[in-house]
Amino acid sequence: MKYVVALVLGLIIGAAILAVGVVYNPFTVDRVLSPLSVTEAQVIVLKFSRVPAESLVYTNNGDSVPSPYPEKVLQLWEAPIRKTSAMATVMRDARNQPAGIGIKISSLSESTHLLRGEAIVDSIWYVYAPQHGSMFIQQTENYLPFVREVAFPAWKSAANSWRGTWMGNMTSGPGALGIAAVSGGSGRVKGLDLDGVETLSVRAFSADAGFVAAEGQLLIELPDPSDDEEDVLVR
Amino acid sequence: MPDLASELTSGGTVLIRTFFVGIVLGLAAAAGALYAIPVVDQAREVSITKVAPNGGNVEVFRIDIPTDRVMVGPAGQAKPVPPGLQWPNIEELRGVRTEMFKVRNARGLVIGVAIRNAATKEGQNVIDWVLHFPARGSVFVNMDAAPHEGGYRIGGFRAGSREFATLSGSMTERWVANTSEEEGAPAGHIELQATYVGELKPLDLAEESVE
Repeated sequence: MKYVVALVLGLIIGAAILAVGVVYNPFTVDRVLSPLSVTEAQVIVLKFSRVPAESLVYTNNGDSVPSPYPEKVLQLWEAPIRKTSAMATVMRDARNQPAGIGIKISSLSESTHLLRGEAIVDSIWYVYAPQHGSMFIQQTENYLPFVREVAFPAWKSAANSWRGTWMGNMTSGPGALGIAAVSGGSGRVKGLDLDGVETLSVRAFSADAGFVAAEGQLLIELPDPSDDEEDVLVR
Repeated sequence: MPDLASELTSGGTVLIRTFFVGIVLGLAAAAGALYAIPVVDQAREVSITKVAPNGGNVEVFRIDIPTDRVMVGPAGQAKPVPPGLQWPNIEELRGVRTEMFKVRNARGLVIGVAIRNAATKEGQNVIDWVLHFPARGSVFVNMDAAPHEGGYRIGGFRAGSREFATLSGSMTERWVANTSEEEGAPAGHIELQATYVGELKPLDLAEESVE
């Protein structure tokens, strides 16, 4: 009997070691620096709050954290959309002035591979900013660095919360170097295919309520006007 | 210093070995399970597509109104959707109507989430749709602002992700009023008809001639 107990105890500890190894995998690389932060091209900056109560609407299946906002919003409880959340929010420009509206829809991704250090979310943005036009942004986001450095410590703490300063580059694809694909639909970005990146800055997080103080940012790189001039010269 | 190793009985050694074998097995089993069992498995409904007479595939979606409305954007509504929505009364959103819906397939099952944005700014009219299907991908459609004869609008695919990344095509939107007199029936539905055309790929003539 004691051998069975020793074996079962070993199995549990082995599985626990792997779980800790997945979260604190030393072979995964965190992208803290946005590839667009070193660009010399003009960049559209759109900021938004990640706190559901500071958005216009936030909804999910109703069982997940955070809770939908406002309370009576339609919940995404049907099986094909149960692992999806949607948020509508006012987007602000680099000077913190309202710039337009943004809607983000995120779904847990089947390409998640925890052994490779990937907790992937497939997400899209629709942004309408009168100054720029309408944009569709598609990206994959890797939440494992956020889980490792913010959510897991919050879950472990006695108060179920985390406070500090965490900044991360959430976009992990589909482009190389963790770049999102941005497609312009109208206005000055109409017909343009651009690069984008979403970053997240967290100051407080609760394992029970989600983001308490957090801000996101979309950076969208505009084409260099001199490129067009060079094309004309070549022709 | 007592020599603990020499004090262990053969039974104790086997017990410790069993424990360490358990750890190795636990590591291997957990790693195997993580590798073989998908962490995320999105629920799927079978796509209901028809072959279009002029090529491509046609798929019809519907949005029941008002039951599938998640959010309706303009400020100053008597009954905001959702209740409690605080739509900002700012210049940037004047003349902008942004809506979010659940999307159903032709059988009436919810399969995704959609965004419709209609904006009139500085003489320019914009009508955009974004359809998001968690198990399949997303598609972004720019509609013509002016409706066609018959009350429908048409627009072209601007971009897509995953399943829709390599497809081009078009989509129509039209309002279909409910004619049944059933109690509690929706007022009607928005019908979206997407026509998918596969990406054109140039033929490799050299390879063809070898064959």
